Amino acid sequence: MNTEVATTPVSPAPVAAGARSGSRLGDRVFHFVCLAGAVVVGVLLALVLWQLFKGSSLALKQFGWKFFTGKEWNPVTGEFGALPFIFGTIVSSALALLIAVPLGVGTAIYLTDLAPVKLRQPMTSLIEMLAAVPSVVWGLWGLFVLIPLLRASVYPILKSCFGFLPLFHGPVYGIGLLTSGVILAIMILPIVTSVSREVLRSVPNLQREAAYALGATRWEVTRIAVLSYARRGLFGAAVLGLGRAIGETMAVTMVIGNSHYIGLALFHPASTLASGIANEFTEATTDIYLSSIFELGLVLLGVTILVNILAQVMVRAFTTAETRRVA
Amino acid sequence: MNVTSTNHALRKAKSLAMNGLCVVCAVLVILPLGLILFYLIQKGASSLNEAFFTGVPKPPGIPGGGMGNAIVGTLELLLLASCMGVPIGVLGGVYLSEYGSERINTWIRFWADVLNGVPSIVWGMVAYALVVLPMHTFSAWAGALALGFIMIPLVLRTTEEVLVLVPRSYREAALALGLPQWKTIVRIILPTAMRGIITGVLLAMGRIAGETAPLLFTAFGNDYWNKNLSGPIAALPLQIFKYSIAPYDDWNRQAWAGALVLVAMTFCLSAGVRIFSTGRLQKNT
Repeated sequence: MNTEVATTPVSPAPVAAGARSGSRLGDRVFHFVCLAGAVVVGVLLALVLWQLFKGSSLALKQFGWKFFTGKEWNPVTGEFGALPFIFGTIVSSALALLIAVPLGVGTAIYLTDLAPVKLRQPMTSLIEMLAAVPSVVWGLWGLFVLIPLLRASVYPILKSCFGFLPLFHGPVYGIGLLTSGVILAIMILPIVTSVSREVLRSVPNLQREAAYALGATRWEVTRIAVLSYARRGLFGAAVLGLGRAIGETMAVTMVIGNSHYIGLALFHPASTLASGIANEFTEATTDIYLSSIFELGLVLLGVTILVNILAQVMVRAFTTAETRRVA
Repeated sequence: MNVTSTNHALRKAKSLAMNGLCVVCAVLVILPLGLILFYLIQKGASSLNEAFFTGVPKPPGIPGGGMGNAIVGTLELLLLASCMGVPIGVLGGVYLSEYGSERINTWIRFWADVLNGVPSIVWGMVAYALVVLPMHTFSAWAGALALGFIMIPLVLRTTEEVLVLVPRSYREAALALGLPQWKTIVRIILPTAMRGIITGVLLAMGRIAGETAPLLFTAFGNDYWNKNLSGPIAALPLQIFKYSIAPYDDWNRQAWAGALVLVAMTFCLSAGVRIFSTGRLQKNT
């Protein structure tokens, strides 16, 4: 309510002030300066797109659509195809979502419907702290704590139980697709959890009360009245997490192993779009090499923009329908 | 429908199990935070000494040295980035809350949210193309520009959100007293919302303080004290990255210490946020 009241009154004010004395220079200048500040946002978006297009023009011209299907990324022969990077990005982000979404939604359910009221705020603060840990620190931790742990205890179990699947074939290095999926999952958990929580909180209590009145148990209330009602918003939360996972650079660069790989083995080292850029940018010695890396950036930008727009639309459509805003 | 099922005990058991699963989820989500803090302190705290905060990196193989230059470099980059990101973001936020029509605002908010989703490494590439290529050298300017780009949409959105909370009567009272609108904004509305704006700025600074990817090929890193902003500058996240992937034990040890300092910095910023934002909540009513 508060925000609704406060947004509307502002518009008549400049009209009134302007009508009284159109010659007020201060007002005009300040209005213009503020407008410039706001327009910068649009300019920035155009700038990013333009710079990346410009940087990758050479590669765009030389490779065309073949860039997306080429499996070869070889600076020596000047052959550049982005498929290994696209593959790595898709697989590592998918693994991250597979781990993070159930955990995040479960936590959100706990925080909105189950947890003692006293515990809710501290838990939320802890999750915010989790989000404040920088990417490079997760990478460091992944390198020296998570990888030895996974290599020594988790991966051998996976291999002995599911080793017949092609997913778990091949040697276990520790670094690789699955490890980067785990690190990414940890890193996107805060956003998935907090957006899911926001979505679940905007489910009207009437829904829950109605289900309780029908004699549903706690879980049935959650499943029938809350989750199915909120599924679009939760999907949006997952897509928002996906956007983060795709763009995440440092931690992935440190644990994915940076080899150009396309295949089924999840233990195999690979590369993502972002990690490929981070790794090879300063090594680019030829124009076409640098240009191809810029095109990787362009692909990354395009994908994240699309994913983010999709997520915004879904989350917004859900929460504004309940007259709530997602912070 | 399950609701009409008669097997009550089974349903209750299932409910208990699923709720238990939610508790397990919550524990698993918090667990990494505990783990990372534990390891940071265990592996990093012992390396925090005077040399770490005042020294510069030693060549590989020679033990000792520190990250003093990187800590200062990060602070310099934060300051420079804020000089660019804060004014633009705040002015943009003022426009959205005080001037813009609903149609323009929707678009600007949308663009800002899209920008917030742009991966940070892409900003590094843009700063590289804009500054590093023409100047033919990596520089603090380029790093600060990349970080500033990230800051603008963050500050803009939070500023707008707090300005909208300033009661309408404040504006009416000021205008009724004959103040021009710009003075109303600068003297009445901005000071009223100052706590919230500072909260937003601190949040944005916390976000960019740990950014590594946009600095890789802009600020680049430097093993000495950097006196020249037109040259490569050291930054704490870069130094941590370099030291953690290097095959020297002494460097790895220092990487943990650096990570501890970096996390302490970002947590201090978010603690600042909490202190300032409690003031904002009171104003909310």
